[in-house]
Amino acid sequence: MASASSFSATKFTQPLPLNGTTSRSHDKHQSFFDPLRTTPSSSSFLGSTRKLRLSSASKLKLLANPNRRSAVVAVSDVVKEKKAKSTTNLLITKEEGLVVYEDMILGRAFEDMCAQMYYRGKMFGFVHLYNGQEAVSTGFIKLLKREDSVVSTYRDHVHALSKGVPARAVMSELFGKTTGCCRGQGGSMHMFSKEHNLIGGFAFIGEGIPVATGAAFSSKYRREVLKEADCDHVTLAFFGDGTCNNGQFFECLNMAALWKLPIVFVVENNLWAIGMSHMRATSDPEIWKKGPAFGMPGVHVDGMDVLKVREVAKEAIGRARRGEGPTLVECETYRFRGHSLADPDELRDPAEKAHYAARDPIAALKKYMIENRLASEAELKAIEKKIDEVVEDAVEFADESPHPSRSQLLENVFADPKGFGIGPDGRYRCEDPKFTEGTAHV
Amino acid sequence: MATIFQGLRGGAAAALTNSIDSKKLLSRSTRRSLSERKVSFPVVRSDGSVNLNPGGSNARARRVDQLITNAVATKADSSAASSTSKPGHELLLFEALREGLEEEMDRDPHVCVMGEDVGHYGGSYKVTRGLADKYGDLRVLDTPIAENSFTGMGIGAAMTGLRPIIEGMNMGFLLLAFNQISNNCGMLHYTSGGQFTIPVVIRGPGGVGRQLGAEHSQRLESYFQSIPGIQMVACSTPYNAKGLMKAAIRSENPVILFEHVLLYNLKERIPDEEYICNLEEAEMVRPGEHVTILTYSRMRYHVMQAAKTLVNKGYDPEVIDIRSLKPFDLHMIGNSVKKTHRVLIVEECMRTGGIGASLTAAITENFHDYLDAPIVCLSSQDVPTPYAGTLEEWTVVQPAQIVTAVEQLCQ
Repeated sequence: MASASSFSATKFTQPLPLNGTTSRSHDKHQSFFDPLRTTPSSSSFLGSTRKLRLSSASKLKLLANPNRRSAVVAVSDVVKEKKAKSTTNLLITKEEGLVVYEDMILGRAFEDMCAQMYYRGKMFGFVHLYNGQEAVSTGFIKLLKREDSVVSTYRDHVHALSKGVPARAVMSELFGKTTGCCRGQGGSMHMFSKEHNLIGGFAFIGEGIPVATGAAFSSKYRREVLKEADCDHVTLAFFGDGTCNNGQFFECLNMAALWKLPIVFVVENNLWAIGMSHMRATSDPEIWKKGPAFGMPGVHVDGMDVLKVREVAKEAIGRARRGEGPTLVECETYRFRGHSLADPDELRDPAEKAHYAARDPIAALKKYMIENRLASEAELKAIEKKIDEVVEDAVEFADESPHPSRSQLLENVFADPKGFGIGPDGRYRCEDPKFTEGTAHV
Repeated sequence: MATIFQGLRGGAAAALTNSIDSKKLLSRSTRRSLSERKVSFPVVRSDGSVNLNPGGSNARARRVDQLITNAVATKADSSAASSTSKPGHELLLFEALREGLEEEMDRDPHVCVMGEDVGHYGGSYKVTRGLADKYGDLRVLDTPIAENSFTGMGIGAAMTGLRPIIEGMNMGFLLLAFNQISNNCGMLHYTSGGQFTIPVVIRGPGGVGRQLGAEHSQRLESYFQSIPGIQMVACSTPYNAKGLMKAAIRSENPVILFEHVLLYNLKERIPDEEYICNLEEAEMVRPGEHVTILTYSRMRYHVMQAAKTLVNKGYDPEVIDIRSLKPFDLHMIGNSVKKTHRVLIVEECMRTGGIGASLTAAITENFHDYLDAPIVCLSSQDVPTPYAGTLEEWTVVQPAQIVTAVEQLCQ
C-alpha cells in the first residue's frame, strides 16, 4: 500500500520545485506509480526508459500541496477500501473478467484480420493496428456508460469496438462499403458512431484533444447551464506519447483543469512516434508529471496490465463523474506491429520488441484468470472461438456489402443540404434530380 | 430554412433599402421581355442616384410599386415586406450583431459564445458586451489564448449538442485554428457519414483596417473558401449583420461570418420585430441596367461611392452585395447577368484564388452565353497589407478604379 500512497503523493506534487526535478537523477528511482502492485516492480520501462523512473514517493510527499490533499486522500481511500472489502483479494470478478477478456480478444483478432485483409487488397490507405495496447482500450472504455464519449486517434478501430460499435460496421468501413459505420466516407482513421458516442478517430496528431475537451465542456454545460442534474457524462481522450509534445495537449490540459471538466486524458505511451523514440523527442519523458503541473492528478500505470489500467481508470473516471475534474493517465504500453501496415518496422530493437511481447496483456490476463480460478481454459477458448466467428462474420458482411453509389458522393457535404447552393435555375441544387444521381454539375 | 423565410416575410420593413431592392430585382428580371435591351446608354435616370439612406427617393419608391404589380416572384416570400412601415430602431453594426446574438441566446439555451475576451471584457469590438453578465461565464466563455484548442473545443461542444459561436478576436488569429476549421469543422460531417453535425458560427473582424499592419489586416476569404462543408457569409449593414448572425446560429452547417473592422460603427435603422436573413441569398443594393457590379463587405461602400459618379456620367449600374461567399447566389447573380450582360467584380479579397476568381469561374461556366464582354475583376493587391497609409490605400480597390473599370467595360 505504500505504492498507493505514492499515487496520491505524486498526483499532486505541484508545483515541483525546479531544482528538485530537473536533476532528474537517473539513478534513484524505482516505482513509477502503480497503486496496485503488490510486489516491487521489476518491470520498469524497457531499454532506455528504464533509467528514467523518478523520484521516490517519500520525497514527493513532502512537497505535496496540503490544499489538495483531501481529494488525494479520497482517491486512495477508495482504492484501499475496495481492497479491504474483497476478501479474496481479486481485482476482478469472473463476469467482469470474461467481458474484459472477450473485448481484448476481439481487439486483437480484429486487427490481425485487418492485416490479412490489407495484404489481400481488401482495404487500402494507412491502417494502424492496435496489437499490444488492448489493455488500455479495454481497461478504460469497458468502464464507461453509453452516454460517455470517446475520442480517439488514427489508431481507432479497437476503441470503436470497445465502445460497442459492431465489428461488422467497423470492418465494412475499412472495406469502404456503404454499411460501414461512416458509410465508407471515413475509413480507418475516421471512425465515428454517434449512437455509441464515439466522437471520432482523428487522424492528425493532437487535434482530437480539443474536440474531446469540447465534449466534456458540453457535459458541464448541460449540468450547470441547462440544469440537467443527472448529466454526469465523462469523456475519454486517447492519444499517444508523440502527441504529448504538441501544443493542443498542453492547451487542453490547461483548459480542462481550469474549468474542472469531466475528462480523462489517456496517454497510450508506446514509446515510439513512428520512428521517433519517445526518449529522443521529449525533454522529460515522464508524461504523467505534466498533470500536476496543470493542477490535475498525473498517474502512471502499466499499460500492459489490464487490471491495473482498470483500477486507475475507475478512479479517474469516477473523479470526472463526480465533478472533481480531469486526470492525466499515462499508460505505458507497446505496439506489437509497425506504426501502420506500411511501416516495415525495422528501426525498433528486437530485444525491446521481445521484452514487450513477453508481457502480452492478453496472455497476462488469461494467466491471472486461470491461476485465480476465475475462468477455465475451456471457457476462455470458447470466447476465442466466438470472437473468431464474429470477425469472420464481419469480413463476410463487409465483403458482401455494396460499394457506395455515385449519388452518395455529394451527400453529407453540408449538414443542411441547402448549403450546397442555389443553382442557375434558382432552385436549390439538392432539389435537382441529377444531384442525387451524382451527375449534377458541381 | 422555413424559419428563415418566415422571418423574412414577417420582418422586413419597407423603410429598408434592402428589402425594396430585392423585390426590385425580382420584378425587373422578370420584366426583361418588356424592356428592350439597352446597348448604348443614352438615358440618365433621374432616380439613379441611389444612396444608402433608408427609404430612397419618391421616384424610386414609385417605380418599385409599379414593378411589383407585374412581378412574378419565383423565390422570395418577402412580398409583404413593404406593406407596413415600422419605425424600427437605430443602431450600429456591432450593436446589431450583439442584438442578434442576444435574441438567439434568449431563444435557445444551447447557444453559447467562446473566445478571447468575449466575456468580462465584452469582446474586442464589443459585440458581446454585457452578455456575460446576463448569461454567466459558462455561456459566454472567456478562453485562454489558444485558438486552435478553443476552436476545437467549440467543435466538440457542437458535436455533442451545443451551438457555439466562436469569436476570433481578429479573423487573422483563426489561421492558428486552421486545422480545426478545415479538418473538423468542415470535413467531419462528411467523414462521419452524416452522423455528426457541427452547428458552429465562426466570426470575427477581418479585412484591411486603418494601418493595422499585415497580420491584423488579412483577407481570409480565399483561405477558407475551398474548405468543403463550410458556408461563408459576409455582413455589410447593421440590418444584414443581425439577420445573418441569427441565420448562421440556426444553421446546422458550420458558418463563417465575416465582419469588417471598418464597418462596426455603421449606423442604420432596423426593424423592431424579429427578422432573419437567408444565408444563401445575395442582396440587391441598387438595381440598374448597364452593368452588374458584384461586391461584398466593405467594398460595397466603395462601389456605391463609384456608383454616384457613374450615374452622373450617365451609367446605370446594378449593384449586388453577394453576401453569401459560399455558396454563391447564382440565381440573383444570373438574373442580373442576363439583364446587363456585363460583370464587374469588386472585392477586398486577394486576387489569386480569391472570391472574385471563383465568382468569375462560376459566372463563366453558367452564364457565358449572356456575356457581352469579359468579366472584369478588381481585387486587392497580392501583397501583405502594408502599414503606411498611402500604400495601404493602394492595396485595396478605390472608387476611382471602379469608375474607370465600368467605363471601359461599357465602351
